Amino acid sequence: MKKVDELNLPDDLQYTQSHEWARSEGEKLKVGLTDYAQDQMGEVVFVELPSPGESFRQKEVFSTVESVKAVAEVYMPVGGKIALVNESLRDDPEMVNRDPYGQGWLVEIEPDEPSQVQDMFDSAGYRKMVRGG
Amino acid sequence: MRYLSHTPEDIKEMLKVAGRNSLEELFAKIPEDCLRKEDLVLPEPLTEWELDNHLEALARKNSDSASVNSFLGAGSYDHYRPAALSYLLQRSELTTAYTPYQPEMSQGTLQAMFEYQTLISALLGMEVSNASMYDGASALVEALFMALRISRKKNKVAVSRLIHPGYRDVIRTYFGPTPFEMIELPYLEDGSTDISALEGYEDLAAVAVQSPNFFGCLEDLAAFKETAAGKEALLIVSFTEPLAYGLFKNPGSQGADIVAGEGQSLGIPQSFGGPGLGVFCTHKKYIRKMPGRLVGRTTDKYGETGYVLTLATREQHIRREKATSNICSNQGLCATMAAMYLAFAGGSGLQELAALNRDKCEYLKREIEKAGFFIPFSRPGFNEFVVDFSPDFGQRYTGLLEAGIIPGLDLGTFYPELADHYLLSVTETKSRSDMDALVKEVSL
Amino acid sequence: MKEELAPGRSGLKMKEFPIWEKGRKGRSGFSIPKQDVEKAPLDKGLQAGSLNLPDICELEVVRHYTRLSQWNFGVDTGMYPLGSCTMKYNPKTNEKQAVLPGFAGAHPLLEPGLCQGILQIMYELEEFLAEITGLDSVTLQPAAGAQGEYAGLRIIYSYHQKQNSPRKKLLIPDTAHGTNPASAAMCGYEPVMVKSGDKGFLSAQKVAGLMDEDTAGIMITNPNTLGLFEEDILEVAGAVHSKGGLVYCDGANMNAIMGIVDMAKTGVDVLHLNLHKTFSAPHGGGGPGSGPVCVKKDLEPFLPVPRIVKEKDGAYRLSEDLPDSIGKLHAFHGNFGVMVKAYCYILSMGHLLKKASQLAVLNANYLQKSLKGILHLPYDRPCMHECVFTDKIQEMFKVTTLDIAKRLIDYGFHPPTIYFPLVVHGAMMMEPTETETKENIDSFVHAVREIAREAEENPEILRAAPIRTRVRRLDEATAARHPVLTGDIVNK
Repeated sequence: MKKVDELNLPDDLQYTQSHEWARSEGEKLKVGLTDYAQDQMGEVVFVELPSPGESFRQKEVFSTVESVKAVAEVYMPVGGKIALVNESLRDDPEMVNRDPYGQGWLVEIEPDEPSQVQDMFDSAGYRKMVRGG
Repeated sequence: MRYLSHTPEDIKEMLKVAGRNSLEELFAKIPEDCLRKEDLVLPEPLTEWELDNHLEALARKNSDSASVNSFLGAGSYDHYRPAALSYLLQRSELTTAYTPYQPEMSQGTLQAMFEYQTLISALLGMEVSNASMYDGASALVEALFMALRISRKKNKVAVSRLIHPGYRDVIRTYFGPTPFEMIELPYLEDGSTDISALEGYEDLAAVAVQSPNFFGCLEDLAAFKETAAGKEALLIVSFTEPLAYGLFKNPGSQGADIVAGEGQSLGIPQSFGGPGLGVFCTHKKYIRKMPGRLVGRTTDKYGETGYVLTLATREQHIRREKATSNICSNQGLCATMAAMYLAFAGGSGLQELAALNRDKCEYLKREIEKAGFFIPFSRPGFNEFVVDFSPDFGQRYTGLLEAGIIPGLDLGTFYPELADHYLLSVTETKSRSDMDALVKEVSL
Repeated sequence: MKEELAPGRSGLKMKEFPIWEKGRKGRSGFSIPKQDVEKAPLDKGLQAGSLNLPDICELEVVRHYTRLSQWNFGVDTGMYPLGSCTMKYNPKTNEKQAVLPGFAGAHPLLEPGLCQGILQIMYELEEFLAEITGLDSVTLQPAAGAQGEYAGLRIIYSYHQKQNSPRKKLLIPDTAHGTNPASAAMCGYEPVMVKSGDKGFLSAQKVAGLMDEDTAGIMITNPNTLGLFEEDILEVAGAVHSKGGLVYCDGANMNAIMGIVDMAKTGVDVLHLNLHKTFSAPHGGGGPGSGPVCVKKDLEPFLPVPRIVKEKDGAYRLSEDLPDSIGKLHAFHGNFGVMVKAYCYILSMGHLLKKASQLAVLNANYLQKSLKGILHLPYDRPCMHECVFTDKIQEMFKVTTLDIAKRLIDYGFHPPTIYFPLVVHGAMMMEPTETETKENIDSFVHAVREIAREAEENPEILRAAPIRTRVRRLDEATAARHPVLTGDIVNK
């Protein structure tokens, strides 16, 4: 497993306590699992995705990610509607490991309350949180 | 004691390493008030030879299927088991292993399970099977739970009254603390389940029927499928006698979504009802909703084929309270027995054996009718059927027992409207003269 | 000769293809009885087509399973210190008794007069288990430990219903087996996690803080999965009882305390046993097991039916007359074949069961002390029948618990239970059981010491392990990503 200093945590992303990342793309928010989360999980074997159009509150579970011997629930960083899901994960769930911030993204959200983005950490804050335990 | 190896010297040396002065001191952390004050009150230990005598004496007090002319079936069947099967079951590498958590040293168990999953799926016409449940009853309960999980919003299931009464009892126990509700479907005069009773129920997660049913009659599964599908309910097919599918169309070919039944007939001793084999099969699209262990095929890094437990994220040791079931230990060795049995019998042998079961059963039906008794249910069946022995058969029953004949199961206990009706099973172990003896005695 | 056609690949590591790749239509491995009645005509519309099952002669089936068995490791092969599974010796006489025709050939619906021997065994086994646990009444019906857990919780559920005090929650320690929360959920309870204390056992204060009148009770494992006796058990039970809750004990670890602890005195109301652990029945590579449930007198009315009753004249019968019973859990009476083995074991051991527990605990403490320093011991306290180590020392060489476990296979040992309990990072849970000799344990310790040395000097060999097995580490990720659960003869 990676040491905290080895984690790839791009500066242009926002991070949650529950290890999701989010990137603003216009009105929408792209969401995935952080390098830390994918490293802790090990090889991802299955991703259960919501249906586009479903709405969830902030911190509600919208997806589960499975490795061989672990299951992680994925939480909404902000409340909103699922605009798009990453269909390619159905055949290639390992993208979550290989390219967590790129092809391994999970969903695109249309936020109800864009200001909730401010509840998240920046890269340095997240690294500090992970280091703290 | 031959199972314990420690000599006084061993104990002394080991206590020294453990830093203790006596065996009692090993338990020093246990609060005084929790300790037993008296010795265990158990019989004096028996020698191996005393145990032989004692158990042989107890065994002789039971009327096993080979020592009486028994027509009992009703979910537990007397079939021949090849000597080679019993012999193979003494391979202690298979019997004394635990669940195959370390695949590299459990390839025997794992391949045997994968083969079981394959052979049983082929027999039942389904895409996938798990590595077994406890028995037919628990398999059926798990099937109902799975259907309710898949339906998400519904909480009602319809269950035929011709599903084994013991299985329905178990459903009641498991449904007790849940919001789920079971509706029972009555049976028709011909011995099949009344499909029209489903009318008016639009919120069913599943419809469950047994075929051959408890009266030994085949159900019209295709018709049930059509009705269930119209209500967006899953069709669950249960069974107690899988040998029937050696001859008759299997549940998968008639649209079953989940098949859950008892596999004891496939080479497993009756053993007073357990251990048997809970069979659980479904479609591939539902594998992540399935209960129980699954074995999958894969390779090692040198490309060698091997087998592993897979999709474990459904299970209790990972998903805990959100698991698809609490099952851990299953009936693995019984599943291995069933696979071995299917291998010995083969496709052709199974077909021949099933036909023989039915031929013999039809013979007895005819002879009993000739003797003047009524066969109330006209639906085609396999190796079991119901006879109306009324009136007052109860008195003659004792006479039959004295003649070494058990004339089947009294249905009055389970279906009060069927007093003096008996359920008779005829397998390949019954000779023509066994059957003639029954007919002679009941006609007296 | 092509490699894939060769029967042996290297020495005795036989290659063996799936069974459906053997045989040829028209062969048979089964002696079909004679046709002594007329053939009955059959409606073609009901009939199956030909079955897609292989036809194989008897010898080939025998060879197939003999070869498969040679790829397996059981207690009869070698030491199997799989924590929490109590892989003790499975006595062979028990196997012989269980298949006597009077048992193996008995129909479950025989009327009591025709199965007195069987009912006597079940009745006496219930009495023995009550004596061994200190509890009052026993049901043998649950088919395995997890079904025993369910049965026990279902009894607690019915008890509270009967008291007009239905409850929603159930306390479960974070060290519990996964079956505990799963069983609780099946019984409609919401599991509430209790963190274990620093010393590795429950704090009565914490339990008291979580316990309320909407909580049905607590599900403990004692000795717990860290191999420690719950030292505050009396206070824990007191806190639960004071709020009207009941104490459930997972008796998976009963092998540590037979004849030593009276479970009733510890405040336990319901407890399940695993006959395939403590009472020497073999596990069969997955099952069958048997999970009897023992209860205090006041919970007896809720036990599953039928009950076995002994009449004044000494005859046994089955009774369904228990109006508050939770009902049935099994189509018939549970796994009787497994019960016979446990019955034989208890009759062979008698009061020596206490000795078995003492030696199980001695072996575990000896192992713990012998391995201390070689592996990291997170709870350095005297243990009961099992001890838990971690990979903390080996971490610096980038060697994990998994690597150590796999390397143990090369040394001819079954690995311990790994990554459990969940509260210990990189856990290795070892249970030698009483039936291992001192020499076997010494030899296991020697293997671990060698492996620890290899971890320092040549960690690569651990990461590549096992290397002496027929297959090497298997690709579990691909197995889960693209599941292949049946062979090619199944239509997909």
